[in-house]
This record gives sequence, structure tokens and C-alpha cells, in this order.
Amino acid sequence: MPVQDPSERIRNFSEVALGYDEETAREEARRCIRCKAKPCVSGCPVGVDIPAFLALVAEGKYEEAYAVIRRANALPAATGRVCPQETQCEAKCTRGIRGEPVAIGRIERFVADRHRHNAEKKEPPAGKRVAVIGSGPAGLACAGELAARGFRVTVFEALHLFGGVLVYGIPAFRLPKEVVRREVEALREAGVEFVCDAVIGRSLSVEELFGEGYEAVFLGTGAGLPRFMGIRGENAVGVFSANEFLTRINLMKAYEEGSATPVYPARETIVVGGGNVAMDAARCARRLGARVTVVYRRSEEELPARREEYLHAREEGIAFRFLTNPVEVLTEEGKVCGLRCTETELGEPDASGRRRPVEKAGSAFTLAADCVIMALGTSPNPLLKEAGFQTGKHGEILTDEEGRTSLRGVYAGGDAVTGSATVILAMGAGRRAAMAIAEDLG
Amino acid sequence: MVRIVKKEKLAPLVYRIEVEAPLVARHALAGQFVIVRAGEEGERIPLTVAGCDREKGLISLIFQAVGGSTYALAAKREGEFLADVAGPLGRPSAVEGIGRAAVVGGGVGCAIALPVAARLHELGARVVSVAGFRSREYVLLEREFGAVSDRLIVTTDDGSYGEKGNVCVPLARLLREERFDAVFAVGPLVMMKFVAETTRPFGIKTIASMNPIMIDGTGMCGCCRLSVGGETKFACVDGPEFDAHLIDFDEAIARSRTYAEFERVAREKNCNLLKGVE
Repeated sequence: MPVQDPSERIRNFSEVALGYDEETAREEARRCIRCKAKPCVSGCPVGVDIPAFLALVAEGKYEEAYAVIRRANALPAATGRVCPQETQCEAKCTRGIRGEPVAIGRIERFVADRHRHNAEKKEPPAGKRVAVIGSGPAGLACAGELAARGFRVTVFEALHLFGGVLVYGIPAFRLPKEVVRREVEALREAGVEFVCDAVIGRSLSVEELFGEGYEAVFLGTGAGLPRFMGIRGENAVGVFSANEFLTRINLMKAYEEGSATPVYPARETIVVGGGNVAMDAARCARRLGARVTVVYRRSEEELPARREEYLHAREEGIAFRFLTNPVEVLTEEGKVCGLRCTETELGEPDASGRRRPVEKAGSAFTLAADCVIMALGTSPNPLLKEAGFQTGKHGEILTDEEGRTSLRGVYAGGDAVTGSATVILAMGAGRRAAMAIAEDLG
Repeated sequence: MVRIVKKEKLAPLVYRIEVEAPLVARHALAGQFVIVRAGEEGERIPLTVAGCDREKGLISLIFQAVGGSTYALAAKREGEFLADVAGPLGRPSAVEGIGRAAVVGGGVGCAIALPVAARLHELGARVVSVAGFRSREYVLLEREFGAVSDRLIVTTDDGSYGEKGNVCVPLARLLREERFDAVFAVGPLVMMKFVAETTRPFGIKTIASMNPIMIDGTGMCGCCRLSVGGETKFACVDGPEFDAHLIDFDEAIARSRTYAEFERVAREKNCNLLKGVE
């Protein structure tokens, strides 16, 4: 797929991957051999009927293809861009056994981008009312599925814009905000109602929602408080959580000239962590003009980020220091002036099955920095705890396989249940919960 | 969109607005705050709820124009709309079970201290309030404080009204005169730091209401963190009130100045907006 040249794209926030044209999309779709087993579908967390939509694309029936995808996936323009297809549908593609798998994600993006929403809005369905808390991937997927099944759905969002991590977390160069806006618009057209600035647990309690006539409540409240390392100097001026750094840039558009929200001016930024969020933060920092180094305590092989994000980051001139663990943020007059690190080596596998990094004695060294961004994951949002459902030892909401919490009528899914995961896994959870709601409400 | 039903000027650059926010009005308790965006491209800023009318669904907010965003907010007229008001956020003030309280407010912090004093008064506590200002023209909410306090001491830095000096002078005197269960301090960080130092030798529980830079205000971004007793806490979900004797004020002061230069430029840009309104 054509991409913006690295030397060009480090100076803008426009989309890196430029997308397929019609001819390429059709040609690529024709590569699907329509094998009987459809392993790709089993690799898709929301179960899109992939061979069916590929066949329609091959015939040039793009709107029909869009309808097939939308039956299972409420946000195809988003997932076509940010899904880790290489470990999901494409990893299972029969064509991938010998040669390249069909580029399912890119074709999905083509179909979704080509679709033009009809401007007219459907009346909200007359069915039972369901409240969806949070407008991130889990909430939107749940809302989409419920609306399709005739439920009257209201999505409550704490922030001023809809999309959750799709608007505050994932940068525009991977997922343009206009794409997210259109996805939300499509759900509105399907009859879903949206309310912003509503902090459930504070502006309204879950109990009050039932009192107002909602018969089920889905909690898709997502990731919560950012984790820090607990090392010295971590609250100095110039240390940010990736959530804060990315929110300033993505939600508040701090990268634009004249933005009301500032972003810290840095020349030498260190990002700590190795996931997709770390890559996003590093690539944003690079675009703001800083030299950027990613510090990760395991080796390149264990890097949890998508391969594509990692390679894009490298192309953009971001340096990586593997097997390196920060031990102290160095400060001067309260501001960051460096990061003290030690080298690590990999020991025995830990609970996650990955080899545990062990500090090498006497290996401490200092990296110069005026900004440090901690991308270490999050712990679940504490605001809704008072609703009274059971939570796990990290504060995550406990549910059954279908997303039912310990409270009758209350369901949950996404990062609030699993901890930091991917857009598509959250969507899968949202969709499963929607099916459970449909079943339970009859 | 949130309509401003009333706007008044309380002191130079200090305003009170009443806005339509029925969900906030229904739930807000003393000490809680809202996130406000003045306009569509506005910054998200935290403002403490200064009062609410549950029947009419109105809340009042008191703020001082200090940076670009508060200037933009101050430039809004009665009848105009704010882009967003979300809340109530944070934990309510820990006022339960307090029989005798000193409430210390500094400058526009008095707007936050007032609902705390009012709530204590309502619960039957003895309330002694100390309200400090720069000079006579900055004095605000004196009548309101008087109505909920058993005793009120007003100070000004230059002595142009009330007692001359900062709030710690009468506070130290009060602490020697009578016994308090708790001291509540709301105002500039430096003032709260010195209030904490004043009460420390007396061993009186002292609570400071922190107002750090925030973005989402709902426990997502981690911008509002501070050190309390060596632990990192988040003002938006763990606070905004904390034990003043455990807060690392110097760190909080440094963090509050993170964007000082940006703020200066934004303020200069937006103070022209305000000239058109006044």
C-alpha cells in the first residue's frame, strides 16, 4: 500500500498509509481462493464474513460488501486501519501458507472509506431501552449491534467528543478523526442516540439509569488511570503519561498552531514502553520536532507493538534501546534533564509467559532527555466502582463469557474488563454483550 | 451547549456565572468540580462548583481570568453558551463528623472555601472563617461567608481592608485561642503550603483543596498527579482534597508552572477579547 514518505510525514499529522485505489482493491480481493474452511473468519474477533465481502469487492459490489462487514463490525473504517490483521484474519489466510495472505484489512478500509453515508437519520427503534456507557470501541460495537436488533440505545460519553480511545488515543496519522466522526455518524443514522459530557457514576448513577427506564446498562468505560514506574523524579515537570501526551495532541489538537491546549516543548524525548501506545507517543513526539528514543526493558523480539507500527517508527528516525530499564528520572530545578537506566538481560519466563528482564549489576548509565513519556499501560477507571458490581484484584470488572457482571442488567466489556487490549478485542466484547442483552431482555 | 443565565463581576478579573447544568446541579456536593470548555476549540479546565440550585438545574462557577482559557471564559456574556460542562467530578469535601472547623480561603479560592464552610455550617459545626485578599478591591463573598460562619476574619496584604497581613497571622492566633477538629485551606499553592506549616505544630488535621492542571478530569490522563505522603495520587479521582501535611507543595508548585510561558502568550492574546465585553 502506498505510504507518505518518512521525511515528509514526520512534519505532519496526516495519514501515513494512503489506502488502496479501486483497481488494486479488486485485484487483491480476487486473490481470495474461497477455501471451504474460512479460517480467516475464525481469526476475526467479531466474526466478519470475510470471504463473502471479498467476493463482492471482486465483483465491484462495494455497497453490498460494506453491508456484509457492517453486520458484524460497527467500525470498519477504523478496524481496517488499526486492527492487527497480521495476527488475526490474515494470519489464518490459506493463501498465507505459501506467499502473502490476502490483504483483508486494506480491502476492508477501501470498502468502508468508499461507502457514503446517507444523510437521513433513522428514527430510534421503538424497542427496549439500553444505556451504553463510553463511546469507545466496546461501546460503539455494542450500540451498533443492539440498534440493528431493534433496541433503543443511548450512548453516554464523559468527554466532549465521541470515539473514546479512537479520538483521544490513536493519532490522526493512523486514524484520521474525520473517519471516527463518520463511524459515529453511521451509528446515529442507525438510530443510536449520543449524549456527551455525561460522566456515569457522577453525573448519573447506574441505578438512576434504570430508574429512567433503561432496561440494561453496558459498561465500556475503557482504560483508566495510567501506570507509572514508581521511580524517583517521576512527577517532575516534563514527565507525562502516554495518555496525557496523546490526549493533548489527539483530542485537544495541541499540535495545531493556535491550539488553546498546550503541549510541552521538548527537544529530546524518551518514551518508556514497547506497546502500540508507546509507538503512537514516540511518533507524535517526533512530529512535534523532538529527537525520540524508545526505551524497552525486553528485547526487540518481545516488543508487543504491531510490527508495522514499529517499522514505521524506525523509518521516521526513532531510536530504540532494548534491554534497558529506567531507574530514576534526573531533574534540574524540578524539570527533567535525563533518565538514569540500567541494562537488563532476559531471565526465566514470568506469569505472562514472557522472559522476565533482570537488571545487570553495575550497568547503570544516563540518557539525556528533557521529556519522558511513560507508556506502561493503565488500570481500570475507578469512577464506576460504587455501582457495586464485583471487581478483580486490579479493579477490573468481573464478567461471565458473555459480558454479564455480578449485577442484574449490567454488562461490561473492553479494557474495563480485560485491561489494555486492542480495538477489535474490545469491539468483540461489546458485540458479545449486546447479544447477551438481546437474549436476556427477550 | 450550556447557557449562561447570569454573569456578574465580583472583583477585578473575578466573575461569577450561573449556567444550566441540571445533572450537575442534581448531584454536586461541596468540594466537587466540573470540567468546562468555553468554546468549541477550547481547553478543558476544572472549576469548582461554587453553588447549585437543584430545583432550577443551575450551578454557579466563580473564576479568575488568569490564562488564555479563563480569559476566553470571562469574555462570554449572559445569554451566551459554553461548549461543555461535565461533572460533578472529584470526591466531595470530607466534612462529616467535624464539630469545630477553621476554613481558610485565599483570593478566588474563597469561592471554593465558601461551599465547604456552608456545608459545615449546615451540619451544625462551629465555623470560623479566614478570608484573605490582596487589597480592598479584591475582597469577595464577604456577606456570604459571614452568613455561614460563627466568626469571620478578613485580611488584606496591604491592610486596605480588614486585618493587614496574610491569612496565617490570624490563623495562628485562632489556633492558640481555640481547639479545632480540622482546618480547610483553599487558595494559591503557596498560601496552602504556609497554612500547613502554621497548623503542623498544633497537630490539627489540615485539608487542602488542590487545583492542578487537568485534561479529562475523570481519571484517564494522569496530568493532575501529585505526591501525598510519598505516594502518587490523582487529584481528579483521589481528591481534590488531601492531607495538607503530607502534600509535596514544592512539586505541586513546579508542576502548576509547566506551561507558564504558553499561558503568558495565550493570556496576552485573549485579554483583548475581554476588553470588548467590559
